[in-house]
Amino acid sequence: MMIKRTLSFVAAAAVSMSAMAWQPSGKVECLAPADPGGGWDFTCRSVGNVLQDLSLVDGSVQTVNMAGAGGGVAYAHTVSKRAEDDKLLVAASTATTTRLAQKQFPGMNADMVTWVGALGADYGIIAVGKDSEYQNLSELMDAVKANPKSVKFAGGSARGGWDHLKVLIAAKAAGADKLPSIPYLSYNNGGEAMSQVVGGQVDAFTGDISEATGFLESGDLRVVAVLSEERLPGKFSDLPTAKEQGIDAVGPNWRGFYMPKGASEEAKSYWVDAVDTLYASEQWKKVMKSNGLIPFHPPASKFDEFVRNQVQDIENLSREIGLLK
Amino acid sequence: METLGFLMEGFAVALTPYNLMFALFGAFVGTLIGCLPGLGPANGVAILIPLAFTLGLPPETAMILLTAVYAGAMYGGRISSILLNIPGDEPAMMTCLDGYPMARKGRAADALAVSAIASFAGGLIGTIGLIMLAPVLARFALTFGPAEYFALFLLAFATLGGITGKNPVKTVVAATLGIMISTVGIDISTGTQRYTFGVLELYEGIDFILAIVGLFAISELLFFVESRMGRGRDKMNVGKLTLTMKELVMTIPTQLRGGVLGFISGVLPGAGASLGSFISYTLEKQVVGKKGKFGEGDIRGVVAPEAGNNGASSGALVPMLTLGVPGSGTTAVLLAMLISLNITPGPLMFTQNADIVWGVIAALLIGNVLLLVLNIPLVGFFVKLLSVPPMYLLPIVTMVAFVGIYSISHSTFDLYFMVAFGVAGYFLRKLEIPLVPIILGLLLGPEMEKNLGHALVLSDGEWSVLWASPLAMGLWIVAGLGLILPYLVGPLLRRRMNAAMKESPVSD
Repeated sequence: MMIKRTLSFVAAAAVSMSAMAWQPSGKVECLAPADPGGGWDFTCRSVGNVLQDLSLVDGSVQTVNMAGAGGGVAYAHTVSKRAEDDKLLVAASTATTTRLAQKQFPGMNADMVTWVGALGADYGIIAVGKDSEYQNLSELMDAVKANPKSVKFAGGSARGGWDHLKVLIAAKAAGADKLPSIPYLSYNNGGEAMSQVVGGQVDAFTGDISEATGFLESGDLRVVAVLSEERLPGKFSDLPTAKEQGIDAVGPNWRGFYMPKGASEEAKSYWVDAVDTLYASEQWKKVMKSNGLIPFHPPASKFDEFVRNQVQDIENLSREIGLLK
Repeated sequence: METLGFLMEGFAVALTPYNLMFALFGAFVGTLIGCLPGLGPANGVAILIPLAFTLGLPPETAMILLTAVYAGAMYGGRISSILLNIPGDEPAMMTCLDGYPMARKGRAADALAVSAIASFAGGLIGTIGLIMLAPVLARFALTFGPAEYFALFLLAFATLGGITGKNPVKTVVAATLGIMISTVGIDISTGTQRYTFGVLELYEGIDFILAIVGLFAISELLFFVESRMGRGRDKMNVGKLTLTMKELVMTIPTQLRGGVLGFISGVLPGAGASLGSFISYTLEKQVVGKKGKFGEGDIRGVVAPEAGNNGASSGALVPMLTLGVPGSGTTAVLLAMLISLNITPGPLMFTQNADIVWGVIAALLIGNVLLLVLNIPLVGFFVKLLSVPPMYLLPIVTMVAFVGIYSISHSTFDLYFMVAFGVAGYFLRKLEIPLVPIILGLLLGPEMEKNLGHALVLSDGEWSVLWASPLAMGLWIVAGLGLILPYLVGPLLRRRMNAAMKESPVSD
């Protein structure tokens, strides 16, 4: 404990050295663009705790919930009312980039904020029922290529949402055409979609690995591919990736932050470093482990580019399936 | 056996001091709400929803609280039926028929006591039925595909007016309003925005809870302001308990019959507790025949409807928990609460949220015992509360409503919206348009639309898939019957039922 404390003090000291010009004093606000209890709320609360543990903030980190329009209300608030706030972090994830790409925040785009960094991810999976004829992703995608209507997918997001996009990313990587013809059934959440796949009404499930744990353990669901760069750690290490089956599809649902564009440069670089320090800390590793988060942390210099690429990719895909005109 | 294990785990959840405290509180408040004329169980639960959010209760505690309120309201309804000849809620209507005559003969205390016991028996039978039937039905529900679900929702809408519905046209208007409201927001099947007018706050659609609290609780306040019924009722005398053991034993068969019949009518969609108490009473009258003095203060005339409506209240939970289709107005409100707690009712809930489902079922059993204990010695206290002017009660309700809704999403927009719903609810009630079908339309409309879309995607646009399976076909037939029967049997039933009072627009 003692050693850990000292280490984190050293780490904190290192950060404050690199950004000596600016350090947050007093209360820091973390805006969760949803009701308490969801993923964004979790991001704010757990990061807030670890930031305080590591003494990266001298005051407290207060989580403020601002639900609405799938994050749109909080985005508009940050852009218009808090444009120069140095002490505001806003929780974000792939859902944010998806909505930005699909122009669902009217009059706003990804350039209007500063993307700070990611702190882990939940990876996409494609799974089938235990009695399905498809043993792996290649077989599944061969069927899709032969007849796009032959495999029906179910997921927990709206049409055009992240779960639907993962199917399209995989199908596109596998070389399928006629993407708009692939049937996708949207349910209110992953659980509902999975029970239809397990019950045999729908052929395949698209979702995140964390949703499927229960049905994986009971053996009712077979994961044909994880959409990650490499195999996932721990109990998921048996699950094949899409990449090793020759289909270059990656779908991380990352969790991270953006902050106001007009904040001072010192503050921005302070928060980027703080997120790096936090990600490297033992405390954060513990949080990731107990909440099923999988390592994902593009280097600070690359994160902005990563977000822009993701937005662009999603925009292209959405255009291709006719969701955007 | 497996069920028993789950039930034990449920008891472990429900018996923690924290949850037990809320069950007791809910049972008490529920009885109070039930005995105040005009405030039915649906209103009662709607009014308590914001409290659950204000206090930041965990899901299982929130559900235990609301279920206890529900059960309590079913008990409480009888008090004003017996003492004032005004049913506290619609299901308690039949209790007036023999309860009030008993009270006039100076046997008010007996009527209250025996009806509490009958409520207990009915609630117990209904809950046992729920425990046996729900897991079976939940497993069966896994075989439901989109086409079957579509037919099931169709059935729910077809039987919406219920056999007791007064004006079918107004029911249709109400349900349509609900469905219209539910289309606001991003449509999940197509990803397109509908009726959002570029207002960010409307993108996620309209929260059911907001609509429910506005329609029920805020409109209640407006009614109060209008009528200024600041004065309480005159004090009533309950008299002494003269109930004998022999009389009580005599009513046992009545209790059993009432409880079972009530449970069955509760399970049927659309029928609900009113039908449960009505059928129990009518059957009892026929079984006992000339030996009884029904209508003049026969003790069995009090027992039968009370056992019936409490049996039905547990029965109505069966389709709500297993299929996500509420069997009555109050269970619709409970369904909305479950959804906003991010719990999807249906087969999955019995495995993924077993602690909540079984905690709630165990709480129903415990609640019934608590209610029996509360209702026998404390009956005098509730009678006193009947004479408390509502001017002390409604401001508290309003305050809790505002704080609760604000604490859900921290948005002032939602508060304005809730008030708008309250004003709308006030005018709708003035027009005698029932509110419960609005809630059902709001809840079930999108589900029905979604399943229709899914069925058609799966069949590649072939409409016949909707009635292709025997199960779906059966549901279509029942839905058809549900639509036609009220026209054939309804007027007859209603004439016999309406002896006591005009139907309140806010009913179970």
